[in-house]
Amino acid sequence: MNKIFEVPMYPYERHADQDAPSPVRHRVIVVGAGPIGLGAAIDLAQQGIEVVVLDDNDKVSFGSRAICFAKRPLEILDRLGCGQPMVDKGVQWNVGKVFFDDREVYNFDLLPEDGHKRPAFINLQQYYFEEYMVNRVFELQAQGAPIEIRGRNKVSAVGTHPDHVTIEVDTPEGSYNLEADWIIACDGAGSPMRSMLGKDFVGRVFEDNFLIADVIMEADFPTERWFWFDPPFNKGQSALLHKQPDGVWRIDLQLGWDIDKEREKRPENVIPRLKAMLGDDVEFELEWVSIYTFQCRRMEQFRHGRVLFAGDAAHQVSPFGARGANSGLQDTDNLCWKLKLVMEGKAPESLLDSYDVERIHGADENILNSSRSTDFITPKSEISRTLRDAVLDLSEHYEFARPLVNSGRLSVPCTYDGSPLNSADALNGPARSRPGSACPDAPLGDGFLLPKLADKFTLLTIDADAPDVLEESGITVERLALSVTDDKTLALKERYLGDAPSGVYLIRPDQHVAARRPNFDENQFRAAVRRATGQE
Amino acid sequence: MSDQLTLSPNIDGADDFYAELLAVHEGLSKEDSDALNARLILVLANQIGNRAILTQALAAAALKPEV
Ligand SMILES: Cc1cc2nc3c(=O)[nH]c(=O)nc-3n(C[C@H](O)[C@H](O)[C@H](O)COP(=O)(O)OP(=O)(O)OC[C@H]3O[C@@H](n4cnc5c(N)ncnc54)[C@H](O)[C@@H]3O)c2cc1C
Repeated sequence: MNKIFEVPMYPYERHADQDAPSPVRHRVIVVGAGPIGLGAAIDLAQQGIEVVVLDDNDKVSFGSRAICFAKRPLEILDRLGCGQPMVDKGVQWNVGKVFFDDREVYNFDLLPEDGHKRPAFINLQQYYFEEYMVNRVFELQAQGAPIEIRGRNKVSAVGTHPDHVTIEVDTPEGSYNLEADWIIACDGAGSPMRSMLGKDFVGRVFEDNFLIADVIMEADFPTERWFWFDPPFNKGQSALLHKQPDGVWRIDLQLGWDIDKEREKRPENVIPRLKAMLGDDVEFELEWVSIYTFQCRRMEQFRHGRVLFAGDAAHQVSPFGARGANSGLQDTDNLCWKLKLVMEGKAPESLLDSYDVERIHGADENILNSSRSTDFITPKSEISRTLRDAVLDLSEHYEFARPLVNSGRLSVPCTYDGSPLNSADALNGPARSRPGSACPDAPLGDGFLLPKLADKFTLLTIDADAPDVLEESGITVERLALSVTDDKTLALKERYLGDAPSGVYLIRPDQHVAARRPNFDENQFRAAVRRATGQE
Repeated sequence: MSDQLTLSPNIDGADDFYAELLAVHEGLSKEDSDALNARLILVLANQIGNRAILTQALAAAALKPEV
């Protein structure tokens, strides 16, 4: 049977644009149909903006790659209309075990906080993730949304102009030219768009190789994340075992620096390694094997005039902590509403510079976290290994050392502290919902808070008065009036008020807090709206 | 005061402590001694807890005390 990643989902078809006498102009062209390009296109099309996605391939991700998807991206996917199939198919897990040498040194339970629609994490193959996004594109098309995806359309040249961008596209039937008002470059870590514009991509290469294998097996390992430091079956290195849907297991084996990649990838070399780990009697089948060297790096700026970079094209992290796709979706979540306002003439072009500020802040946080995990997992000097092993030895006996064990820090959304779009915090409320933060979810009877906050500016009032609608400088803000009594669990109060008796929040279309005060103060909130849209 | 690393004598029975420190390393290989020292640092650091003091301690140990 063919795997989903072997079947073309959007095969090449000749398009009228290829026969046009002069290049056709589109409003937005997204380069790359990976998770981030698809996310950007769905976001724009849902809001009525015409968008064309070009991809040099016609299938979903070959093999799995990303497997861990965190709560925040799932919330974003809910807004994009494709979170449910992912959560339905995905595997949920909470328990992690840490092994050192031949001993289990400790285990942990993530004990996710109650009162959120989405779990802390799911495991799902990247090919399913992309398949569900492509299905969402087809669903939008069926509803008449202005979205197109063109397979085997490879962008091979780019020219920038003050008010548009021109590109050349290679297809199996030759090349053609297109124009776009805006381009979102989501063409992955090797980004040809980045090279064609001559932009740097600097950072750190970790001198190590990892064998990543997805195997299909009927095994009775529990649905937990198992991480080994220096195990007997991979001496001096690390290993990871993690479950995906359909009886597929992800195995990472650190191999060291001086290896012959081509040789190590061959099944006759991979299989003995896996047997040493899983035991001789476990039957398995290889689904996908690859060898990676990890890097942490980013572009100096994500915005270059009318070309906006997002996802791996803009920044790359090592996979410990699962931050690649998870953070890329936060890029387009941040970008699309801003681009829409700029395209509609409701905000100045400079609003897009806040995309740079906010997402570079996010990228730096992710790079910092991923680098630290990688340094712990693959110590680069004798003393760092001595200290690392000391942490592990102590963690077996004493609880205090466990927070120092770093086999990947789970991805959480970054707070845009210091963003030029934030207004000063005027509520003596909880830190987790301060201006700049992604709104924490909260239960509301049968439903949840976040789905009520999507795609528009919202004035969330909790036990406070305010007008139902606020119009300011072309921006419409709709009120969502709540009371602490709407949530019997008191999570809403705890997450948004703390000790304050009432609160009014201005929330951006990407569900980040722009301003908060104890009461509605018209002048202050009008100024906050202007500020959040780059007009002040 | 509480955010300040103590760099004046603070151990009662300093000679006894020093002898105990040597004794715990007795008979260990270089590698095992290094491992023990590393564990000791972590145990003591946790006892101190205070991040500002830990930063000052790191600088003091590097013989680069910040003023
Ligand atoms: C082993 C491994 C494990 C990982 N685990 C996780 C994880 O658990 N969680 C997580 O969040 N992330 C993880 N990641 C990272 C994740 O896979 C990436 O961050 C994610 O795929 C980035 O998406 P993207 O859309 O930016 O780029 P890509 O997925 O690389 O997509 C880029 C697309 O652009 C297309 N393209 C390239 N050039 C052109 C061109 N010239 N013209 C047209 N199209 C073009 C490509 O065909 C491709 O479809 C992992 C990565 C690896 C390698």
